[in-house]
Amino acid sequence: MYAQMIKTAGTGVKSREEMTEQERAFQDKIDADIKIEPKDWMPDDYRATLIRQIGQHAHSEIVGQLPEGNWITRAPTLERKAILLAKVQDEAGHGLYLYCAAETLGVSRDELTEMLLDGRMKYSSIFNYPTLNWADIGAVGWLVDGAAIMNQVPLQRTSYGPYSRAMIRICKEESFHQRQGYDAIRKMAEGTPEQRKMAQDALNRFWYPALMMFGPSDKDSVHSAQSMAWKIKINTNDELRQKFVDQTVPQAEYLGLTIPDPDLKWNEERGHYDFTQPDWSEFFDVIKGNGPCNTDRLAARNKAWDDGRWVRDGLLEHARKKRARKVAAE
Amino acid sequence: MKNEWPLWEIFIRGQHGMSHRHVGSLHAPDAEMAIKNARDVYTRRNEGVSIWVVEANNITASSPSDKGPLYEPSESKVYRHPTFFDIPEEVGAM
Ligand SMILES: [Fe+2]
Ligand SMILES: [Fe+2]
Repeated sequence: MYAQMIKTAGTGVKSREEMTEQERAFQDKIDADIKIEPKDWMPDDYRATLIRQIGQHAHSEIVGQLPEGNWITRAPTLERKAILLAKVQDEAGHGLYLYCAAETLGVSRDELTEMLLDGRMKYSSIFNYPTLNWADIGAVGWLVDGAAIMNQVPLQRTSYGPYSRAMIRICKEESFHQRQGYDAIRKMAEGTPEQRKMAQDALNRFWYPALMMFGPSDKDSVHSAQSMAWKIKINTNDELRQKFVDQTVPQAEYLGLTIPDPDLKWNEERGHYDFTQPDWSEFFDVIKGNGPCNTDRLAARNKAWDDGRWVRDGLLEHARKKRARKVAAE
Repeated sequence: MKNEWPLWEIFIRGQHGMSHRHVGSLHAPDAEMAIKNARDVYTRRNEGVSIWVVEANNITASSPSDKGPLYEPSESKVYRHPTFFDIPEEVGAM
């Protein structure tokens, strides 16, 4: 998912006795599935946690355009190019929907952008991995968007109205993303032996980073319990990861590709696949800034922001002049 | 000086004959650019045939604390609904 390791503000779930009357009324609304809207009262910790979570989600959509954008000019056919272009454009849209949702909580767009650019806010670890060839673009749509969907579908029911509405819009567009990825990698899996090898290699490299997207196990975390009580987190990380594995294994089998996990096997008793956890030390290292592409990604975002300044300022100045001219003419 | 583009609220008419509906917001330097951006952000899949943009700070909203005084009075006026009245079957459709 695109929001990982979000630190929930506060000290964990309060009992009803510990809550103020306002807090109790707020929790009752959430329990009754009544949406919280921007002007409604909300605990400061709920607001702060949501800004972190929605902000990180938005940043992930924006930074996530970079690994895929890398292959737009080199797509193998004009059709694939048009499809990838539309997909990447959707991701820009997802970022915008989410930034707008975060802004309703009292943070400005520029503040959010600056926090991404100077590293105070993060984006998903997955986008710090490179896309080395065209097969990777298929793998990203299939696995990365697939993992994102796992998390985004339940979040449509989240308690904060603007966030929920953004998720509903996003989910409508996501299944196209996953399908185009699966379609692209399928073409290669069914192609020449060399293409097949590329498809397998892409799966090998993206499998564990995709599993990391859900974040480390949080089933015993008091912070997660609070986020779940607020309905800004709906499932535990382990639940979503298991669901993703169960869904993805048959998809790989259909392609004749092998999941790079010798211990992966169906567990009849549990009704789920058993699988190997990713290397969490690698995950923490990537989060800290030491993944293969962290430096590149942040440099690209900073460059775009700096290079675009004259356009932003120029258009604003032009709008001011136009307004002044109109007033003078009246 | 703060140089952030203002926020615009976007309303889109989905199909001919329907009202414009609020779909979200975006930043743009002026109304013209807001419409252009709204086209890219909110109508990528044929969602609209017409766009309205309104600068967000021109919108006045009711406050959540006024919910009682504003909407409660209508709760007791059940006779405003046609189902309140029993019409004899013999009368036919009404
Ligand atoms: Fe997305
Ligand atoms: Fe996507």
